[in-house]
Amino acid sequence: MTNARKFLEVKDLKTQFNTPEGTVYAVNGVSFDLKEGETLAVVGESGCGKSVTMMSIMRLIQIPPGKIVGGEVVFRDTDLLQLSEEAMEQIRGREIAMIFQDPMTSLNPVLTVGKQITETLRTHTPMTQEQCRARAGALLELVGIPDPIKRLDDYPHQFSGGMRQRVMIAMSLACTPSLLIADEPTTALDVTIQAQIIELVKELKKNVGMAMIWITHDLGIVAGLADRVIVMYAGYVVEEAIVDDLYENTLHPYTLALLQALPRADRRRDQSLKSIKGSPPNLLVEPRGCPFAPRCEFVREKCIAENPALVNVETNHKVACWVDVKTGALR
Amino acid sequence: MDRTRAILRKAAWSVFTILFVIILNFFLFRVLPGDPARAGIRDPRLNKDAIEALRVRFGLDKPVINCFETLNPVKLGDCAINPMETQFFIYVRNLLQGEMGFSYHTNRPVVDILGERLWNTILLIGVGQILSIIFGVAIGVFAAWKARTSLDYGAVAASLVAWSLPTFWLAILLLFWGSTIGLPVAGKATPGMSSYPLLQQWGDIARHMLLPTLTYTIVYMGEYTLIMRSSLLDVLSEDYILTARAKGLNSFQILRDHALKNAMLPLVTVIAINLGFTVAGVIQIESVFSWPGLGNAIYEAVVRRDFPVLQGAFLLIAVTVILANLFADLTYTYLDPRVRVE
Repeated sequence: MTNARKFLEVKDLKTQFNTPEGTVYAVNGVSFDLKEGETLAVVGESGCGKSVTMMSIMRLIQIPPGKIVGGEVVFRDTDLLQLSEEAMEQIRGREIAMIFQDPMTSLNPVLTVGKQITETLRTHTPMTQEQCRARAGALLELVGIPDPIKRLDDYPHQFSGGMRQRVMIAMSLACTPSLLIADEPTTALDVTIQAQIIELVKELKKNVGMAMIWITHDLGIVAGLADRVIVMYAGYVVEEAIVDDLYENTLHPYTLALLQALPRADRRRDQSLKSIKGSPPNLLVEPRGCPFAPRCEFVREKCIAENPALVNVETNHKVACWVDVKTGALR
Repeated sequence: MDRTRAILRKAAWSVFTILFVIILNFFLFRVLPGDPARAGIRDPRLNKDAIEALRVRFGLDKPVINCFETLNPVKLGDCAINPMETQFFIYVRNLLQGEMGFSYHTNRPVVDILGERLWNTILLIGVGQILSIIFGVAIGVFAAWKARTSLDYGAVAASLVAWSLPTFWLAILLLFWGSTIGLPVAGKATPGMSSYPLLQQWGDIARHMLLPTLTYTIVYMGEYTLIMRSSLLDVLSEDYILTARAKGLNSFQILRDHALKNAMLPLVTVIAINLGFTVAGVIQIESVFSWPGLGNAIYEAVVRRDFPVLQGAFLLIAVTVILANLFADLTYTYLDPRVRVE
């Protein structure tokens, strides 16, 4: 792609939540970028800050208790964090769209599906009611819902889970956004439906030509979907790589552990899956040292004292680790 | 099609419930002690013949129903008599013809008494409900919008106080306050007003209504504010509100198109049920302000042991509650598509 310039650049993003128990350090200086038309997968366990990062980009964090304490989100030369709420409303749904994890609760139960799709169009385009309806019907058809015009007058409860997620996707595509953020859109669906939705999104992405950020905790679905992957842990990006590179040349102990916890067809069947020892980090204490150190097989004294920065160690492959996992030596 | 059937089924249940209430209502008053004759025994001027004449006058000489002469005390009777000669079936037959007997006290038909009283009550609670809904919803939405600020806490505290105030006590306070600023504190109209032009008569009624309506509004407004606020806060934390925000809708659009309709659902039920119950609930307000409504009629009937009036009022209230519930069900069906098909 010739125009593959960076159009989203997140720099040192920090988001915290003030709770009665103390400050939750949810996102601690996350940086990454995205080229036009590119698909980025964001991988990590629950509570690692993937969703909060995306919600911060969209400025959908509930303030209070949340607060974006620092960083920049540069989208097409504008820092989204500096925009007024009104200007941000113009970006949401039109430039950057988002789909969520649970299609059963993400649609308003008392409004027809047609109303919920046309609403985005009515807000962002000068289209008339009839044009919006026609477009909404076309969108439902695009996401593979049979009898689309008739289904516009149905309510969400008249659709199955997979069909509702298709409706969500149709809704997000209404204004042909240049970036789609998908927050674990297949987690709540069963496996066959999951595969259908992934295929659908890949197909649509190719046709629409938008960039995509796909959040997941499932490394298994990333391979066939993404161009690039970032792995997050405790609010930090710990590894960033081209998708094949991540699997074949894993550099971070956490990514390694995640991959070993994944069932694989090419592994012997009597070999049991490895789980990661220890428990997820406590985000209530300000991090000192590498957040993964307490659970890491390769841990050194330096890891406990000092948090490694995310650095380029190979071409297009960044990692935040003091240890070279292949040789066991310090970097 | 399904919808029509669901509505018909609900209506049928309402009719069934009303029939049950009619039966219960009759026996309830036959189980209770006291009839005009017994009340009259205390008057030494009444002789046995006069008492007997009274009993015949009100039909109390007839057996209650087949096999039972009276229910309090229980006295068994003949089972083979003509059912149409028993009190129960006479009562049912009269009801079907729109008659509820005569007041023991004033000798007027109960239907007439309740009829004129009911309109006054409807006037009072109609205006009161509309005002309390408008202010309750508005303050509730405002409080939810400003959630966890001092404005919100102020609104919640005030609503809790308003809701918990004993109605009669608030009424008495307002009555004292009203009398100091020259507002009429009793009745529906100033005597002699009927000779004035219509507009002035209405103005007079409005002035008389001010205090009872204010009492009513304050009490119910508190309840509606609290329900509206918590319901709206619940809705605003729903996933679909996040979806709406992610679509780029502004706060006003989200409130209008996504939050209010959902948040109104619990309120509709409470309002509709209140409509029924407040017919009875205004007893306190009406008796403090001597408002000539149904509540006052009930109060007077209890004091005078005027059972036919009481019986009629009970039936009327029961029917209102049942119809209000049916109304709530039907409104719900309209508002929430999920309950349209059962």
